[in-house]
Amino acid sequence: MTTFLGWPAPPTAPRGVGHLRGSEPFPVAARRALADSQLRRNLTKATTTIRAKRAAVVAELPDWEALRAAGQAIKAETMRHLDRYLEQLEAQVRARGGIVHWARDAPEANQIVTDLVRAAGSSEAVKVKSLATDEIGLNDALAAAGITAYETDLAELIIQLGHDRSSHILVPAIHRNRAEIREIFLREMADVDPALTDNPAALAEAARLHLRRKFLSARVGISGANFAVAETGTLCVLESEGNGRMCLTLPQTLITVMGIEKVIPAWRDLGVFLQLLPRSSTGERMNPYTSLWTGVTPGDGPQQFHLVLLDNGRTAALADETGRQALHCIRCSACMNVCPVYERTGGHAYGSVYPGPIGAVLSPLLTGVEDNATLPYASSLCGACYDACPVKIDIPSLLVYLRARHVEEARRARRRPSAEAVTMAAAAWVLADPRRYGAAQQAGRPGRALGRGGRIRALPPPLSAWTQARDAPAPPARTFRQWWRESGRERS
Amino acid sequence: MRIALFVTCLADTLFPDVGKSTTVLLERLGHQVAFPEAQTCCGQMHVNTGYQREALPLIRRYVETFEPYDVIVAPSGSCVGSVRHQHAMVARRCGDPGLADRAEAVAGRTFELSQLLTDVLGVEDVGAYYPHRVTYHPTCHSLRLLGVADRPARLLRQVAGLELVDLPDAEVCCGFGGTFAIKNADTSTAMLADKMRSVLDTRAEVCTAGDSSCLMHIGGGLSRLRAGVRTVHLAEILAATRDGSPTG
Repeated sequence: MTTFLGWPAPPTAPRGVGHLRGSEPFPVAARRALADSQLRRNLTKATTTIRAKRAAVVAELPDWEALRAAGQAIKAETMRHLDRYLEQLEAQVRARGGIVHWARDAPEANQIVTDLVRAAGSSEAVKVKSLATDEIGLNDALAAAGITAYETDLAELIIQLGHDRSSHILVPAIHRNRAEIREIFLREMADVDPALTDNPAALAEAARLHLRRKFLSARVGISGANFAVAETGTLCVLESEGNGRMCLTLPQTLITVMGIEKVIPAWRDLGVFLQLLPRSSTGERMNPYTSLWTGVTPGDGPQQFHLVLLDNGRTAALADETGRQALHCIRCSACMNVCPVYERTGGHAYGSVYPGPIGAVLSPLLTGVEDNATLPYASSLCGACYDACPVKIDIPSLLVYLRARHVEEARRARRRPSAEAVTMAAAAWVLADPRRYGAAQQAGRPGRALGRGGRIRALPPPLSAWTQARDAPAPPARTFRQWWRESGRERS
Repeated sequence: MRIALFVTCLADTLFPDVGKSTTVLLERLGHQVAFPEAQTCCGQMHVNTGYQREALPLIRRYVETFEPYDVIVAPSGSCVGSVRHQHAMVARRCGDPGLADRAEAVAGRTFELSQLLTDVLGVEDVGAYYPHRVTYHPTCHSLRLLGVADRPARLLRQVAGLELVDLPDAEVCCGFGGTFAIKNADTSTAMLADKMRSVLDTRAEVCTAGDSSCLMHIGGGLSRLRAGVRTVHLAEILAATRDGSPTG
């Protein structure tokens, strides 16, 4: 068993529950997505729009870089003393009438929430958009217990009604266009006006009418959290539609499921993140609905408040000194909006509720690299994500690091090295010595015979993956170092 | 100034004209170019594919080969990016802090070609002549890892006869990404398709960049489609004069 500081290594997120793992390798899922021209069009249109909005509002702030540095510093400080801040948060929430539960993984969290809904005497709950509950597959667990969860965020509602999966952390239905959403509503919403158009306002109104009765009748609300302030025990949710405000205030019982990395030390830290997050995510200067609550207030809002603190692989990520900065993520989605890979494949190809660049590092850290082994390679390492990240997570370096972790773990696990490992070792052996390197250059010369007009149209596997769509250059008559020698220049 | 050339394994083996052009250009500007023949490869392909242990001897070779030189130039933003941002990190992670310190020192003296010309040599007009319509693709590692910004454009604008046209969505990756182009060939190709569309939209006859690897990708796609646009490294354009190109 692997160990960390003499203790057994912290467990990763368990298999068989939740949405952190795909059923196929990224290249396979990506190939199918790339062939879907409607998906490509929807994604390009949406990401282009949101990229431009973000760029405009970020450019307005003269102190943007200082804000990013502050956000990074607050998160690094929090992770360094996560144990302390979590216990402080627990004490503060309790002192103000809330009840705190600790869930080591998805099954525990699902059981806790199921028991709480039952204890409230309810067979249904209204939900605020929440990645943590999607990560653990809470809706499925509740359904198995006979409890119906109603998603109230417009995009989550589209996903739920369409029996679909989220493909973006902020805009879960980004892969759908207006016409497709209208079709889903007409098909799945029992009370919908059959004359519904695909006008965005009409679609939103249909959802409002559909949800209104649920808000007024629900006895249990379930949410995630964007931030939790340790010093006061205050929870914070940001949303754009007002549905969250309804879920957080109308039901008698409120259950919040929060990843343990969402805690921040102090109230004043919110000042940094409430500037960084809206501009990075929706491209807005200020978030429309920012709900903050602290424990229970008699006669005002939910009279029972439960906070479920979720680990599900986060301690394992924290134990990885290099990987832990992925836990700084504030779920803004700026990295996926600027990612050229995400823009073309969409989020489903990543197989996890966390897609895009941050998902390609966070998912393997939570599940263990082996269970998401193709994700760290799902990037050209162009670095656009790092530039966009509001808390300066060096995602390209993390991807490179996780590739190394994958190779090293595979090396320990396998008796015989993979074909790739053999090729890489042979290449390194050749390149480590100039004589072997020069000999290899000469050995490649017959490759000239493959070329016509200096171009090679077909190469054998694995390089055939290159020549499927691109010509390859034929080796030249002379290498550079031959030219140098023949030119009579100084040898050194 | 005596300048050591790190030609990169890709240019050495497949694109020798890039190395020749860099040499001729720097000599024309009055500098002495040295080519330490012990050099091979920066190791980036190994590091970026997860084989850090295998990359370590290549990093050691780079450090030992170029340690004696005060100024080192490479016609590649990507390879210089690896030297600057990966060598010390890998050495440290593989348990060789001594090599990491030496790698950091050598990395501080290693420059991408446009950085060397503008920042170290203080020149923007290199006396080149290139009568063609050209668009410039800012490769990701030049742009984001090294921050070369508008240095290549400043150099190109001084080239006599050259008409520089803006590339739409210039800062979007071309989809090369080293072994990404093989492991995720379909996604890489989709990115390439959009880059080629941008290049064709400019009506340029030449697409240039500071990296042979990205140009091999873009050029390989354009050539496959018989698109009628060629890719030429920045060094080759800057080396060309009214007397012709040093590489013929």
